[in-house]
Amino acid sequence: MCKALLDDLDEGFAELYAAYRNLVFSTALRLSGRWACAEDLTAEAFLRAYRALAGYDRDRIAALQPRAWLMTVLMNLWRNWARTKARKPPPDLRDEPVDAVDPGQDVEAAAVRRETGDELAELLRQLPEEQRAAVVLRHVVDLPISEIATVLKIPQGTVKSHVSRGLRRLRALGGAR
Amino acid sequence: MTENRTPAGGTGDRLLAGLAGLAADAPDGLLDRIAARWVSVPGPIGELRVAFTDQGVAYVHAGDGFAEAFRARFGRPLLPAGARTRPPAGLLPALRTGRAAGLRLDLRGMSDFQRDVLETARTIPRGEVRPYAWIAARIGRPKAVRAVGTALANNPVPLLLPCHRVTRSDGAAGEYVFGTPAKERLLLAEGVDLERLRRLAGERVFYLASDTTGIVCFPTCHNARRIAPAHRHGFRTLALARAAGYRPCRTCRPAQGLASQASGPGSGLGGM
Repeated sequence: MCKALLDDLDEGFAELYAAYRNLVFSTALRLSGRWACAEDLTAEAFLRAYRALAGYDRDRIAALQPRAWLMTVLMNLWRNWARTKARKPPPDLRDEPVDAVDPGQDVEAAAVRRETGDELAELLRQLPEEQRAAVVLRHVVDLPISEIATVLKIPQGTVKSHVSRGLRRLRALGGAR
Repeated sequence: MTENRTPAGGTGDRLLAGLAGLAADAPDGLLDRIAARWVSVPGPIGELRVAFTDQGVAYVHAGDGFAEAFRARFGRPLLPAGARTRPPAGLLPALRTGRAAGLRLDLRGMSDFQRDVLETARTIPRGEVRPYAWIAARIGRPKAVRAVGTALANNPVPLLLPCHRVTRSDGAAGEYVFGTPAKERLLLAEGVDLERLRRLAGERVFYLASDTTGIVCFPTCHNARRIAPAHRHGFRTLALARAAGYRPCRTCRPAQGLASQASGPGSGLGGM
């Protein structure tokens, strides 16, 4: 991946996108809970990544851990996005439509997804931000604890406790329904 | 993303399985919001590289250094066009005919001023030219003639927004993104008689009037080109033409803001 980026930034970027588009999109979708927000966050994260890469020298690109680096870009973006949103008059999340369905999916697949996924996605949104981030990175997109620690800039022990508290909370929330 | 999964909480954990099931594929069209595409196409002055986004054509480039120039200007990845990402309909005819009115262009990132300048240049028909000051006057910034020149020089989509049809009033073609010689070749190919414009300018003639219609035009206006030599009268300024009883043409609109030009003795066309 780093070699591809060094050989040709644009072709390397295409590889980067192909390798991590689903990872970035899934994370953005489950953090924000909105299809449209996930598209915006994903597009913006990749665009920022490209602009950053265009300014990096060869040594820096060669030393890059692309996945962790890209996810860090996304998480920084997400934090800013969440902060901006928090400053606005708080929209009541419960009044907003639940997680829009991918317009490209057929009706049956969407219905199945709705039954299995949407309730859990909704519970996920009720978690405090740091627990939600840890749970999404660990159990939705399956990143190792060490990489999550890098991405979130917190110690591994803290990642583990966010994950376990998040899961406990999800079980409690799910059981309460 | 789910195939390599090793459930941390054992096989029976519905919560972890449910979370894993929340992963989703990025929508297919998303890359087109991030990256531009490029194609190589024949143009009137040789092979051109054209970059486009989901909004329309963003950049037209001739010669070397296309990718570097695009990156410096737009900061956006540039990928080759594929089967699913064709250039906007009408690109090739627009380049072939010089008529690009219906073509979709991506002009994001452009200042309002530059957009006004280029949109005004877009109204100049093939085979005609207008002075820089005319654009400045049309957009309500009559003193910003130099800024108009800069905005035209930075035109990201030359040929499609025909900045080459804006020329110096002395009959010289003036600066061009692809160089002055290319500008002259283009204008000649579009039927602009630059030699004649220079001759007229040498005689201090910048407007042509017809005594049968009573109308005064820019020399390249299609109405002016129809005036028979016996009925043709040249003027240095619009004010002089007006004083002689001519009204400005409604097609090429020489009146716009130019009425305040300094007046002086007009010159007849003699043997024109």
